[in-house]
Amino acid sequence: MITLNINKKNYKLDADPETPLLWILRDHVGLVGTKFGCGVAQCGACVVHLDGEAVRSCVTKASRAQGKKVVTIEGLSEKNNHPLQKAWLELDVSQCGYCQAGQIMSAAVLLKENKNPTDEDINDAMSGNICRCGTYLRIRDAIKLAAKENI
Amino acid sequence: MENNETQNSRRTFLKTSLLAGGGLMIHFSGLAKFALPHTDEGVPAVILSEINGYVKISADNIITLVCPNPEFGQNVMTSLPMMVAEELEVDWTKVVVEMGPHDSVKLGPQFTGGSNSMRMYWKPLREAGATARNMLMLAAAGSWNVPVEELTTKLGVIHHEKSGKKATYGDFAAKASGIPVPKGVKLKNVKDFTVVRNSQKNVEGAKLVSGKPLFGLDYQHEGMLIAMIQHPPAFGMKLKSFDASAALKMPGIKDVFRQELYGDGFEQGGFDVRTFNEILVVVGKTTWEVMNARKKLIVEWVPAGDVKDTMAGRGGKTEVVVPGELETTAVQHRKMLEYAKKPAQQLRKDGDPETAFKNAAEIIERTYNAPFLAHNCMEPMNFFAHVTDEKALLVGPLQAPGWTEPTLMKVLNLPADKIEIQMTRMGGGFGRRAYGHYLIEAALISRRAKAPVKLMYSREDDSTYGIYRPMYTATYRAALDSNKKLIAFHVKGGGIPEHAIHANRFPAGAVDNYLAEGWAIPSNITVGAFRAPRSNFNAAAEQSFLDELAEAMGKDPIDFRLELLQRAKENPVGKNNDYDADRYAGVLKLVREKSGWSGVKDPKYSRGVAAYFCHNSYAAHVVDLTLKDGEPYVERVFSAIDCGIVINPDAATNMVQGAVVDGIGNSLYGGLTHKNGVVEENNFHKYRIIRMHEAPKKVDVSFVRNDIDPTGLGEPPFPPVFGAVANALYKATGKRHYQQPFALPKTEPTSV
Repeated sequence: MITLNINKKNYKLDADPETPLLWILRDHVGLVGTKFGCGVAQCGACVVHLDGEAVRSCVTKASRAQGKKVVTIEGLSEKNNHPLQKAWLELDVSQCGYCQAGQIMSAAVLLKENKNPTDEDINDAMSGNICRCGTYLRIRDAIKLAAKENI
Repeated sequence: MENNETQNSRRTFLKTSLLAGGGLMIHFSGLAKFALPHTDEGVPAVILSEINGYVKISADNIITLVCPNPEFGQNVMTSLPMMVAEELEVDWTKVVVEMGPHDSVKLGPQFTGGSNSMRMYWKPLREAGATARNMLMLAAAGSWNVPVEELTTKLGVIHHEKSGKKATYGDFAAKASGIPVPKGVKLKNVKDFTVVRNSQKNVEGAKLVSGKPLFGLDYQHEGMLIAMIQHPPAFGMKLKSFDASAALKMPGIKDVFRQELYGDGFEQGGFDVRTFNEILVVVGKTTWEVMNARKKLIVEWVPAGDVKDTMAGRGGKTEVVVPGELETTAVQHRKMLEYAKKPAQQLRKDGDPETAFKNAAEIIERTYNAPFLAHNCMEPMNFFAHVTDEKALLVGPLQAPGWTEPTLMKVLNLPADKIEIQMTRMGGGFGRRAYGHYLIEAALISRRAKAPVKLMYSREDDSTYGIYRPMYTATYRAALDSNKKLIAFHVKGGGIPEHAIHANRFPAGAVDNYLAEGWAIPSNITVGAFRAPRSNFNAAAEQSFLDELAEAMGKDPIDFRLELLQRAKENPVGKNNDYDADRYAGVLKLVREKSGWSGVKDPKYSRGVAAYFCHNSYAAHVVDLTLKDGEPYVERVFSAIDCGIVINPDAATNMVQGAVVDGIGNSLYGGLTHKNGVVEENNFHKYRIIRMHEAPKKVDVSFVRNDIDPTGLGEPPFPPVFGAVANALYKATGKRHYQQPFALPKTEPTSV
């Protein structure tokens, strides 16, 4: 049994606390926006926020999330209107789109800590997120656009 | 799945049909009713009249357009319905797009791949839109008792100016669906397009950025179990025995069993490739439980030895021996060197190349090598299956449902109308998901487990149990006379287990004496299509060689190519040259202009150029490269493309930018190696994939503006990136690079 706060909602789940948060979200809660890519913290498809910090849910045990606030892509904004989500749509970033939730969740932490990131800042914050379709240029532009909107 | 609620009884209601261009059938389905969406109680909220397979209209004028081809990021769910909307004359911003189920009768070939979607559906989808519009107008004309010629349409509304009457398409949808399908309805002139050729946003964009369930892995079904496969650890191995007693005691585990895919003598089609015919399956409640139980399996694997496969073919079935060797990359290289010395199959010969080479003042010979590549789709292979003795439901990411269905029919012994395949969005494809073995696996597992099952691969499964881009080599030779004129050209290519040579491609047709040859080494490593198959190697090798040749001849590399193309156009050598010299030259000229190519050394960048033709379209790139801490970094790229009419310009630009990034990544870092049959790069910490800090700052994309019917875009921009990177790298380092990947420590063929 494990109790988690996910996207401002409390869940009591019948699951082993050793289970990675990723599989709790996907298999137990039914929030599938957080993606499985590699399972070894290499691709960033599974990034969620744990008390405002970006973590790779595929290697984060559910027990570590207990007593903390988990935010997933589904809970990033009330009406899917986070500046990053809007910028992503404005620049039509996605190709296959599978990695984009993780990209946005990583970028959201970057923007919270750095209102006006440079290319170098974006490289540092986003190099853990693979996009196999190669949409990096648009991801970079969308982060800058969202930063501008934020100011 | 939100989009899969349609109550589609696919082989019913067919009334009349007409053959549209390209052999695609538009089927008129009378008063077939489609319910979408459902209310919470499961009651259809809106009744839709189906005008044809691609167009459904509700009484309150909600226009639903059905996308026939599976989406893997090339944006077909937007660009294909755009073609229908253009001719149907509806408000694009209000259109609802849904992915169609597999239904080759109503929706055509439904194949995503080969840069084919736009080309294949260009005429049929416009005809579907125009025909539906015409039927709606005929219905209105009948009701209003006015000649149809006096009607006009705009944004889903029919107008009769004389009487001032107007009505929505929805008002006449039900009636229109009862009208015989008219033939030969006129299509719009290209210059009148208002939807096509204008940038339209991805119809699934909002769902993607908010984490909606769109992908195969996201699919849920009541009572669904999770299955994973324990496959042999090496190519050339097979399952001998297993002890599942510990695994079965793990929480959530339902069953562990061995499963055979194809029975003895099963005739495999070209896309039935599967890596292992016998697999070990673990079925359980949740993913993590199944992953844990796999660790408890005690399995004995043994060398499989040579294995016989039966291949179906046009000329009847053939037996193929798959060698049992446990392959190692260094040995693969050594074998390729041996084979390269042997006589090979002649693929094309023009003039007298032997004499030309004998009389040459100078011969330039270079050999290029490239490794196996893994597709590395971000979403690992997976499929949902619910199979009983009577019927099968399959849901998941798949590029070619039409090629997989016949195999399912054979394996499950079910007729087509008892098999329903729904295609989810794919988290990448790149050719990998044209091979439906994982769907067959899921189906057989579900039948055996007597339950709805989602089969999923871990990343390690996906990496080590793949259908890879083959390993290639090619030796190019050029003969120059004493005036440094190119008098003969020879390419001899080989690979494991196929060669990559396209004998009729450029520069065939531009050189008097020409010889192309190919050879192959059989292997048990399973291979298949990978974004621009074969071209993705040729464009690297041939375009590097042409660069080196131009230098030896004292010519600018773009001028040199243009001279050859001029020759191919004015006085082509031989027959069957499969490129258009003008369009090829067009992209080179455009990229020269856009990049400000001067041939003079740029103090800031090392520049490389390459161009290639494949999959019916033309692409050229100029790559500006620098060395960052000794590592090559492509900072800026100029791309020029001729793919005919560009349907959705911004999305097309996105795809070219992506292809450029993909090309840079794979040319610098991509590669899969083997040790005793084991794939060494089993996850992303070992298989280097291009990341944000390695992506260019700018990729400037230009399209040749013409009115040629669309010729495809997913693949063509990809191959020449390899050549352009190689040529820029030479400028940066003063050294030619012959072995891919260029930026990693590599196993040199000569070092073994």
